[in-house]
Amino acid sequence: MSGEQARKLTVLVAIWALLLLAPYWMPPLGGYTALGTRVLVLGLAAMSVNFLLGFTGVLSFGHAAWFGLGAYGCGLMLKFIALSTPLGLIAGTVLGGVMGGLLGALIVRRRGVYFAMVTIAFGQVFYYIAFQWSSLTGGDDGLRPFSRQPLHLGFATVDILSDATAFYYFVLFCFALAVAIMGFILRSPFGRTMLAIRENERRARFLGIPVERHIWIAFTLSCFFMAYAGSLYALVNNFADPRGLHYSQSGDFVIMAVMGGMRSFWGPLLGAAVFVVLQDYLSSVTINWMSFVGLLFVLVVLFFPRGLLGVIRRKSEA
Amino acid sequence: MSLLEVRNATKSFGSLVAVRDVSLSVRQGELRAIIGPNGAGKTTFFNLISGFFPPTSGTVTFDGKDVTALSVTKRVQLGMARTFQITEIFPELTVHENVRIGAEVAAGYRLRPWISRTEAEKVERTIEETLALIGLSAKANRLVGELAHGDQRAAEIAMALTLRPKLLLLDEPTAGMGDQETYEITQLIRRLHRDSNFTIVLIEHDMRVVFHLADHITVLDQGKLLAEGTPQEIGANEAVQAAYLGKAA
Repeated sequence: MSGEQARKLTVLVAIWALLLLAPYWMPPLGGYTALGTRVLVLGLAAMSVNFLLGFTGVLSFGHAAWFGLGAYGCGLMLKFIALSTPLGLIAGTVLGGVMGGLLGALIVRRRGVYFAMVTIAFGQVFYYIAFQWSSLTGGDDGLRPFSRQPLHLGFATVDILSDATAFYYFVLFCFALAVAIMGFILRSPFGRTMLAIRENERRARFLGIPVERHIWIAFTLSCFFMAYAGSLYALVNNFADPRGLHYSQSGDFVIMAVMGGMRSFWGPLLGAAVFVVLQDYLSSVTINWMSFVGLLFVLVVLFFPRGLLGVIRRKSEA
Repeated sequence: MSLLEVRNATKSFGSLVAVRDVSLSVRQGELRAIIGPNGAGKTTFFNLISGFFPPTSGTVTFDGKDVTALSVTKRVQLGMARTFQITEIFPELTVHENVRIGAEVAAGYRLRPWISRTEAEKVERTIEETLALIGLSAKANRLVGELAHGDQRAAEIAMALTLRPKLLLLDEPTAGMGDQETYEITQLIRRLHRDSNFTIVLIEHDMRVVFHLADHITVLDQGKLLAEGTPQEIGANEAVQAAYLGKAA
């Protein structure tokens, strides 16, 4: 095993150990388990944004649309159709993913700022639909009441509603599933064509890669991951509201991804952790907590353009 | 039968006619050089052949098929590969990874979420063969962006070769190179042509390279076909000399 592989394995073991033991080390440090759950869900969303941004080189500034649609899909399923957590997850993931795939097909020829602008517009369309369609979505008040349901595993029933630790492990399991698929795709021949497009679109095209089709597939996959994270978010809050669709939410995900390090697989999770913890801590001190997050973001971008994880990596290599 | 046949190609950008009524026929196994003073329309002509943009009028036939309306991707899939005057590579990936992407696409795996062990070994063999042919085996694990200019150009050619193209288009392969690098890349192109039987069309400014390598030379001047012939014929052609000397005077 080469040094590079050994290093990667060490990092991987460390990350999973931290995640698996979070309910035990977080409370003594002043955190609480539900905070860990939020980090996982928002981290997954930031990783989904980064699947497109960091690995395909395409910036979507409206990814909250698919996140929010996932949340509504999950909530509507639980509220109106079936009292089942897995069905809620599936409904949210399919709703957000399919909508993302359909609209994505219209815009894959746009690039750079134009692409980002159109994605913002899409996000805002869904924001206003959710905002206005009160009879279905609850409008500005949000979609309620609904709540995540206990899991029936056949041999046992897990109460994820009132047991925060059980719910954390349920979310961790869902997170691991998505992250494993993501990692698998990125290590595949298809994943390497994504890198090719990120690195040099012209060269990719002249190697015979139909660039638009590959961007569309990457975009759609990213929307499915995003919607899946959004569904989990609805389960976390037992609530879905229009702000989850808003472009400022999209901006938060991009901030998490860039702050954590968009060239690294795990960077966005670190970015989300910093973001969520800062938000939790600072918002109890000042209502202007976002100024501090913004300041940190600017500092990171100025001094560590490869993000927080990029810095740690360079230190460990040196 | 010729492998590449361009008939009466014209390309205009607004009122500027960059290529005017140029025809070209390249035989299987030939090494053709396209030369001409700056602004002669060489790269534009290359872009018409490779499908970077369509001609305003005229046709391009490749391997017996009319490809005039086909996209870059389709032409690549039919067996046309090219390099650029300004090197186009994947700078943050290693040489091995750069070449692997080409090899996997050529093997038809580009949409695959996984490949079997035997398929991966097949890809690995293609990579090793290509790197050995190009002479980059020792630098396989270096990031392409960190290599010397000459090696980057070679890596770009390696990527094109993984596609096992019927036609290799090289846009100024020695651009920006010193004498030693020019010599090495010239030897490489010679090997590709003589030993591996690639059909090659190249644009080149360095006349030593052109006269050393080419079977036939096409001369463009101000977007028009000025002359065509063997290196001896072109060397003796007065119109060509006038075009070059006129430029210098």
